[in-house]
Amino acid sequence: MMRFVLGRLVSLGLSLVAASLVIFLVMEVVPGDPASFMMGINADPAAVEALRRQLGLDAPLLSRYLDWVAGLLRGDFGISYTYKVPVSELVAERAAISLPLTLYALALSTLIAFPAGIIAAARRNSAADVTVMGATQLGVAIPNFWFAMLLVLVFAINLRWVSAGGFPGWDAGFWPAMKALTLPAIALALPQASILARVMRSALIDTLSEDFMRTARAKGLSEGQALRRHALRNALIPVLTILGLQFSFLLAGGIIIENVFFLPGLGRLVFQAITQRDLIVVRSVVILLVVAVIVVTFVVDLAYALADPRLRRPAP
Amino acid sequence: MTRNRIAVAAASLLALTLGLGVAPASAARTDITVGMQLEPPNLDPTAGAAAAIDEVVYANVFEGLTRFAADGAVLPALAESWAISDDGLVYTFTLRSNVTFHDGTGFDAEDVKFSLDRARSADSTNAQKGLFADIASVDVVDPVTVRITLSKPNGSFLFNMAWGDAVIVAPETAADNATEPVGTGPFTFVAWTKGDNVELARSGQYWGTPLKLDKVVFKFIADPTAAFAAMMAGDIDAYPNFPAPENLPQFAADARFQVLVGSTEGETILAMNNKKAPLDNIKVRQAISHAIDRQAIIDGALFGYGTPIGTHFAPHNPAYLDLTGQSEYDPAKAKVLLAEAGVADLTLSLKLPPPSYARRGGEIIAAQLRDVGINTEITNVEWAQWLEDVFKAKNFDLTVISHTEPMDINIYGRDDYYFQYADPAFKAIMADLDNATDPAKRTGLLQAAQKKITDDAVNAYLFQLAKAGVADAKIKGLWLNSPTQATDMTGVYWEE
Repeated sequence: MMRFVLGRLVSLGLSLVAASLVIFLVMEVVPGDPASFMMGINADPAAVEALRRQLGLDAPLLSRYLDWVAGLLRGDFGISYTYKVPVSELVAERAAISLPLTLYALALSTLIAFPAGIIAAARRNSAADVTVMGATQLGVAIPNFWFAMLLVLVFAINLRWVSAGGFPGWDAGFWPAMKALTLPAIALALPQASILARVMRSALIDTLSEDFMRTARAKGLSEGQALRRHALRNALIPVLTILGLQFSFLLAGGIIIENVFFLPGLGRLVFQAITQRDLIVVRSVVILLVVAVIVVTFVVDLAYALADPRLRRPAP
Repeated sequence: MTRNRIAVAAASLLALTLGLGVAPASAARTDITVGMQLEPPNLDPTAGAAAAIDEVVYANVFEGLTRFAADGAVLPALAESWAISDDGLVYTFTLRSNVTFHDGTGFDAEDVKFSLDRARSADSTNAQKGLFADIASVDVVDPVTVRITLSKPNGSFLFNMAWGDAVIVAPETAADNATEPVGTGPFTFVAWTKGDNVELARSGQYWGTPLKLDKVVFKFIADPTAAFAAMMAGDIDAYPNFPAPENLPQFAADARFQVLVGSTEGETILAMNNKKAPLDNIKVRQAISHAIDRQAIIDGALFGYGTPIGTHFAPHNPAYLDLTGQSEYDPAKAKVLLAEAGVADLTLSLKLPPPSYARRGGEIIAAQLRDVGINTEITNVEWAQWLEDVFKAKNFDLTVISHTEPMDINIYGRDDYYFQYADPAFKAIMADLDNATDPAKRTGLLQAAQKKITDDAVNAYLFQLAKAGVADAKIKGLWLNSPTQATDMTGVYWEE
């Protein structure tokens, strides 16, 4: 187990170095100058130059890269060019929405997908199975922004139960904040739940036909007992993989949903920073997301090992 | 059983979160939520050109010596009155004595000197540093009198001092205005939830007419569909620059709303690279100008909101000269001009920045140019790319852009400006204008300048951008026009 963890950690470190280089260089290659963006087209050229100096944009490429990495290692992500506040502050504000939203959506998705997938697999070809398969087909096919707009139309404009979007902040209290996140979470969860339910179902069906399942039933377990005690755990690996991917995707990939509900999340922060050429924000947020993805992958790897003891042994 | 319990719990959680706390609407309201498309990058109008900064803080949080009124007139603000010396070089401002900054410190002549000296210093990052270029010195005579000496007469000095970039800030707080703005205006800054809203509250110590509003929230909603939903759901009370003109008829038909249509300072032009062949030939530029049907672009790209222009000047300005006839839509004439210029098989690059007037308008312009035999290669660029590629590197033939600063015809006098006009005769007119203080003479010179750039067909002048907004029908006092980019809430109130 120790060697397994160490091996993972080394590859994690290498991925980070590679990612930091790629992110830095890509943002340098893209045309656009943060200072001229901030000053607009009527600006005095001398003032634009003064701003470039103030932002440190006149320093050579290598020294800017090293400054940035050195800052990251110290936990200093830099100061946003446009917002003029520390990037860590910006990220913390945005993560306070994106992280709960992601967890909320994943929780909803799991709560729907697990029972649906299990029922469909246990009663294969029954009416329940056909219903689940049909519904999930629809869930995958419906674009989530369209579904989101539909939710707004019904619950915000017609019924007026919730606001059409926006986020009151956690200061406003737990329930108002959760209320603001509910429609976005549902919109995000629908396609994820559909995918997860389908994966759950097919993984379980595969496991149910294994020899050990026949043995389990032969020693006197009922169908339900065998499914709970033996099949579920074995079917969990592909489901965990999908869950890990979904978490990484939802963290910053919810930008379309963030736009529909005008939620100030991480996805929108990156998008705004790219259009404004706030290079330092883009770099630091993307590297943080890379870290998040790598950590999630690492946790999922560990979870595999917990779910399946065979994976703990080093490869021969 | 567990399964059922989870399902019940999930269902009740949903019901709970969705159904809780629907705020009841009260009759006489003193708070307002205003929608804006773009979030300001920071809240310091003296450090950055983003229109969104002024749209939040101008006249609300910060004030200058003078200010713009809703009709564009220049009114006294922090300066109660002023005297101008006969040679037009010395401005003596008498300041209001009962003004305090929001942090409680008093406002006096020292603050004026600090603000103006800061804006014109060598390391100033004021985006409109040019406004202060003619100031030779700023002297404090006594706490309520400040004397500004110019290096040469400048007829638009009082106008310049009304810009958001020329507001008066306090030395103690100037460095933090980007995130914690402290001004002298009727509203104090309360909080900025980044990405979502900026909240302002009525200041207890305002010198001017008492306000009717207690609280203003500027909420940032970039997506037009989301903005529409937010208006419809009542989350937003007013959206002064509504991003989707196609939705306005729907608001107009709804008794709950009023649609406010006015004009802006945004001259939208099809800019041409005057130094790049064959656009260095005036006949080619004239041909392009005649090939364009301005009304078709306004109808097609802006759903009818906009006014055709024939020069780079706002039609609502008293000095405006209607020159639309000089570049009227005449494809036959355009073809003749192209033939005279000896140009055939012309393909030009057309670079379009993100706003819909440019993207939608650009497609229509391309079709109209094709009718007279000019092909275009359209490239959609984002703003940062436009600034780098078009504005700085001048790597373009044609581009569509709106120049939104008030009275910016002087950009035609700048050497090295992106459309590369740099005409000595035009610069001479601008120099005369700077020296002129007599209103009649100024009007004459402004008209000569308009005529000159139209005669030279520097760019194809398309239309004046409209300000088209929507608000709750009970809200009064919003600006109809936008003489500067601002959302002045000073006179706004809810009708009983």
